[in-house]
Amino acid sequence: MKLALSGKFVSTAACVMMALSVPAMGVAGDTIKFGVAGPHSGDLASYGLPSVNAAKIVAKQVNDAGGINGKMIELLIEDDVCKPEIATNTATKLASEGAEVVLGHICSGATKAALPIYKDKGILVMSPSATNPALTQSGDYPNFFRTIAPDDAQAEVDVNFVLEKLGYTKIAVVHDKGDYGKGFAEFAKKFLEESGKAEVVLYEGVTPGAVDYSAIVLKIRKSGAEAVIFGGYHPEASKIVGQMKKKRLKTTFISDDGVKDMTFIKVAGKNAEGAYASGPQDNASNPLSKVAIEAHKATFNSDHGAFYENAYSAMLAMVNAIKKAGSTDLAALKKVLQTDKVDTPVGNIYFNEMGDAVGVGFSVYQVQDGKFVEMK
Amino acid sequence: MDYFIELLFSGLTRGSIYALIALGYTMVYGIIGLINFAHGEIYMIGAFTAFIVATVLSIYGFPLLAIIVIAGVAAAVWSSAYGYTIEKIAYKPLRHAPRLSPLISAIGMSIFLQNYVLLAQTSDFLPFPELIPDFEFMEPVAHIVGSSDLVILITTTVVMLILTYIIKFTRVGKAMRATAQDRTMAMLVGINVNQIISATFIIGSALAAIGGLLIASHIGQINFYIGFIAGIKAFTAAVLGGIGSIPGAVLGSLVLGLTESFATGYVSSDYEDVFAFSLLVLILIFKPSGLLGKAETKKV
Amino acid sequence: MLLIKELKKALGVALWFIFLTFPIMVIKVDPIERIIRYRWENAAYVAIVAFTAYLVMSFFKMRKLRVTADKKEVKKSQNVIYSILNNKKQLTVLSFAILAIAIIFPHFFSVYQTNVMTTALMYVVLGLGLNIVVGMAGLLDLGFVAFYAVGAYSYALLNYHFGLGFWVVLPIGGALAAIFGIILGFPVLRLRGDYLAIVTLGFGEIIRLILENWGEFSQGPSGISNISRPGFFGMDFSLETSIMYMYYIMVIGVIVTIFIVNRLQDSRLGRAWIALREDEIACQAMGIDKRKTKLAAFSLGAFWAGLIGVVFAAKTTFINPASFTFLESAIILSIVVLGGMGSIIGVILGAFILILMPEYLRALSEFRMLAFGGVMVAMMVFRPQGMIANIRRTYKFEKQE
Repeated sequence: MKLALSGKFVSTAACVMMALSVPAMGVAGDTIKFGVAGPHSGDLASYGLPSVNAAKIVAKQVNDAGGINGKMIELLIEDDVCKPEIATNTATKLASEGAEVVLGHICSGATKAALPIYKDKGILVMSPSATNPALTQSGDYPNFFRTIAPDDAQAEVDVNFVLEKLGYTKIAVVHDKGDYGKGFAEFAKKFLEESGKAEVVLYEGVTPGAVDYSAIVLKIRKSGAEAVIFGGYHPEASKIVGQMKKKRLKTTFISDDGVKDMTFIKVAGKNAEGAYASGPQDNASNPLSKVAIEAHKATFNSDHGAFYENAYSAMLAMVNAIKKAGSTDLAALKKVLQTDKVDTPVGNIYFNEMGDAVGVGFSVYQVQDGKFVEMK
Repeated sequence: MDYFIELLFSGLTRGSIYALIALGYTMVYGIIGLINFAHGEIYMIGAFTAFIVATVLSIYGFPLLAIIVIAGVAAAVWSSAYGYTIEKIAYKPLRHAPRLSPLISAIGMSIFLQNYVLLAQTSDFLPFPELIPDFEFMEPVAHIVGSSDLVILITTTVVMLILTYIIKFTRVGKAMRATAQDRTMAMLVGINVNQIISATFIIGSALAAIGGLLIASHIGQINFYIGFIAGIKAFTAAVLGGIGSIPGAVLGSLVLGLTESFATGYVSSDYEDVFAFSLLVLILIFKPSGLLGKAETKKV
Repeated sequence: MLLIKELKKALGVALWFIFLTFPIMVIKVDPIERIIRYRWENAAYVAIVAFTAYLVMSFFKMRKLRVTADKKEVKKSQNVIYSILNNKKQLTVLSFAILAIAIIFPHFFSVYQTNVMTTALMYVVLGLGLNIVVGMAGLLDLGFVAFYAVGAYSYALLNYHFGLGFWVVLPIGGALAAIFGIILGFPVLRLRGDYLAIVTLGFGEIIRLILENWGEFSQGPSGISNISRPGFFGMDFSLETSIMYMYYIMVIGVIVTIFIVNRLQDSRLGRAWIALREDEIACQAMGIDKRKTKLAAFSLGAFWAGLIGVVFAAKTTFINPASFTFLESAIILSIVVLGGMGSIIGVILGAFILILMPEYLRALSEFRMLAFGGVMVAMMVFRPQGMIANIRRTYKFEKQE
C-alpha cells in the first residue's frame, strides 16, 4: 500500500499545473473566434497537433500586428480524437461558443460528421488535411474549403508520373486500410486500369501499427511489380521501405502527400533514398514556407509535423478573407476566398466553386540526399 | 518453395516478438488471474527508454556494442520499475476486489501511460537507431532471412531458455509456480506472495522491454501508441496457447505469427487480422482452454 | 515521531518516482539534430507531486483507521444512498425530481450541453444492455461494440439504399443485432471466463475489419455520410430542434430501458442469470437450461446495443468503422464495472461520469485523457466494488410482537 495511488495524484496535480500554464490567448475586448478542431489526443494526435501550433503562430503574428481590422484573434481549441461521434460534440461546442470560422477538422470522417452542424450555423470551415473527394465534389457542404488537394487529384499525378516518366507496366498498389490511404489507392488503381498501359499486379491493404511488414514485402516481390504505389501515411511508408531494403527489394516506391513529410525521411533515414512522393508544388523554394517553418522552430523549439504548412496556409487564407470581407458572414467570405489570391506556404492560392484550393498544384518529389527534390 | 521459406521466417520473426510480450501476459495471468491490459504500454515504455538511452549514448559517441548492451539493460530496468510500480499502485489494492475491477484499473492505467508518454515526449514518430547491423555473412541469404530476423530469433530462443531455467529450477521460479497453483497454500508454506507477484511483474516487464527494443530496431521507428496493437495481438497469442501456460504462450505466438504471415502471403493482407481472430475462435471452440492450457475440471 | 517516519517514507516515494520518470520526463532527444535536452524542472515537479500525494494518502489512511474504530458512524453516513434506494417513497420522489430536471434540461442549457447529454444517455442504455450480459449473467464480453456497429450500419445502409426512416429501422437494427448475438453465442457457450472474453474481443474486431475491408458492402473506411436524422410525422427540423428531439427520444429510451431491465431482473429469467453467474453447476442441477439462458442474455444485451447503434447513426449522420474499436467496448465495460456490476443506478451513474468527464475535462486540453486514465484507476482503487454496489435482496423474518 506504500505507493498506492500516488499515480492518481500525480495526474491531478499535473493537470492543475498545466491548466494554469496554458498560454493566455485572446485579448480582452472585441475578438474574432477561430475554432481549431482535430485530434489532440489518442493515436492520431500527431496529425492534429501541428495544426494547433500553426493556428497559434499565425494568431500571434496577426495579433501582434494589430489584429484583423483591429480585432484580435481568439483561438478555441477543441479535441475531436478523429472520431465522428466526438466531432459532432466538438462542432456543437465550437458553434455554441461562437466560433466564427473553423480550422479543421483533420480526418475526413470527423469532418463529414461535423460539417452539417457548421453548415446550419453558416460557419466557414477550412481543413488542412481532409482529402476525401466527396467533401467538396458532392456539393453537400458549401461552407467547406481545404488547402490540400483531394485524393483523386493526387492519385492522378502519381499514376501519370509512373506511366509517363518511369514507364513501368507492372504496378502494385498498397494502402493502409484507412480513409485517406484506401481512397487514394482506389483512385490510383482506377486510373491505372483506365490507362490500359499498365497492369495492377497486386492490390492490398496493410494493417497500420503491425509489428512487421515483411510478409507483404515478400508478396510484392513475388508479384513481380516494378513499382509500388502506396496510399497512406509516413509511419507505414517508412516501415515498408525499411523492410524492402532489408529484403533486398529494388522496387520503386511511390506515395502520396501523407508521406511527403520530413518525418518520413527522418524516420526512414537512408532507406528513404530514391522513394517518390507527391506533394504540393515547390514548397521548398517558397519563402513563406521557410518563414512558417522557422516560426515553428522559434516558438516550439521542435520541427513541425504533418499538415503544418497546410494549416498555416489555411489560417492565412481565412485571415485574409475576413480582413477583405470585413465580416465573418459566410457569403462574403466565400466571395473573397474565390476571387482573391493569397500568398501562402503552399503557393499562391484561391478557391474554386467547390471549395478546393486552386494553385496547390501537385508535383512528384524524389528523396535525394535526405531532401525532397522536385521532379520536373 | 523459396516463397514458402521466406514467409515461414517472416512468420517466425513476428511470432517471436509476440512471444516476448505474450509471456508477460501469461505469467501475470497465471499468478493473479488478471488480464494486464497495461502490459502493452510497458513494452512501449521499454522501447522508448531504449530509444532515449541509445540516442543519448550515440550522441556521446559510445561504440555500437556498448550502446546495445546499455540500452538493453536500461530498457529492462526501467520497464521492470514501471511494472513493479503499476502493480503496487493499480492492482495490489484490488487483490480482494471483484474480478473485473483490476481489469478496469488496468485499462485506465493503459490510457494514463499512453498519454503520459505522449505529453512527456512527443506525439510524432521517432526514428529508432539501427542497433542491429547487417552482418556480412548473412548477405547471401539476406533476401530470405535478414540479420535482424536472425538476431530476433536467437535472442528470443535464449531468453526462453533462461526463463525456463528460472521457472523450473530457481527458488523464485518454484515459488511462482506454487503461488500460481494455490496462493493460500503458498502463503502457508512460507512463501512471501507479495514479493513473488512483484517478481512476476518485474520479469514479465523485462521480457516486454527486450521485445520492445528488438522490434523497434527491426522496424526502425517508435511512437507512444505502438504498445496497444502489439499488446492486443500478444494477448490473443497468449490465450490461443492457453493463458497461464508459459510454453503455451510461446506456441500460441508462433502459431499466430505464422498464420498472419501465410494469410498475407497466400490470401490477402486485407484480412490478415480476420484470419488471426478466426483461428483463435476456431481453436477455442474445439479446445476451450487453448492449445496447451489445462482443461478446467470443476469438482463439486 | 510518526510524522517524521511518514515524511521519510514520502521522501523515499518521491526519490523513486524521480528515478522512474527520469528517462521519459527529463531527457528529450532529437535524433536527427543530435541534441539532448535535460528538463530537470520536470524531475522537481514529479518529486513534489509524489511527495505531497503520498502524504495526503497516508493522512487519509490514518483517518480511515481512526474512523473504522468507531464503526457505527461510518455505516450511517455511507448508507444514505442505500436507504433512499430502499425506501419506496423517497425513491419515487427522487425519480420524479430527476425526470423533471431531464425534461427542462435543454431549455436551460446550450445546444452543446444537450448534445453531450444525449451521448451520455446513449451510453446509459448501452451500459444497461451490457449489464445484462456482464453484470447479471456474469459473461465477460469485450466485443460489445460489434452489436452496436451492427445496429448503426443497418440504419446507415437501409437508409442509404432504400431510404428507410429511423422509426422503421429502429426495431430492425435491434433485431439484427440480437441475431448476431445468438450467432456469437452458440459457439462460445462452452467457454469459460476469460476465454470467453478474448473470443468476444476477436468477434468485435472481425466485425470491424469486415466493415473496413468489404468496401462494396459498407463503403469501407470512408464511411457513410448524410444519414437522415429521425423524422416526426414528416416534419423538417432545424439543427437545434433536431438535437433537442434526439435528446427527448433518448430520455424516453432510457426510461423504457430502465423499466424493462428492472422487470427483467425480478423475472424468472433474471433470477436464472444471477444463479448462473453464481454457480453454473448448481444452477443446472436446479433445472435451468444453461444454453437457453446464456443465449437469452447475449441476444438481449445485443438488442439494446443494436437499438443504440441506430440512434448513433441517426445522431452523428455519419459513420465509419473507426467508431467501433476495442476501446469503445472497453469504455462501455468500464461504465458497468465502475458503476457497480448488476446495479442499475450504478450503471447510470457510471455512464454519466465516464462520458461526461472527458467532455468537461476539455478545459484541461491535452491533459484530458491523462486525467481520464488516472481517475479510472483511482476510482477502482477507492471503490473496487463500483460506486453503487448491487445490493443483494435480503429477506428478514421478524417475529410479530
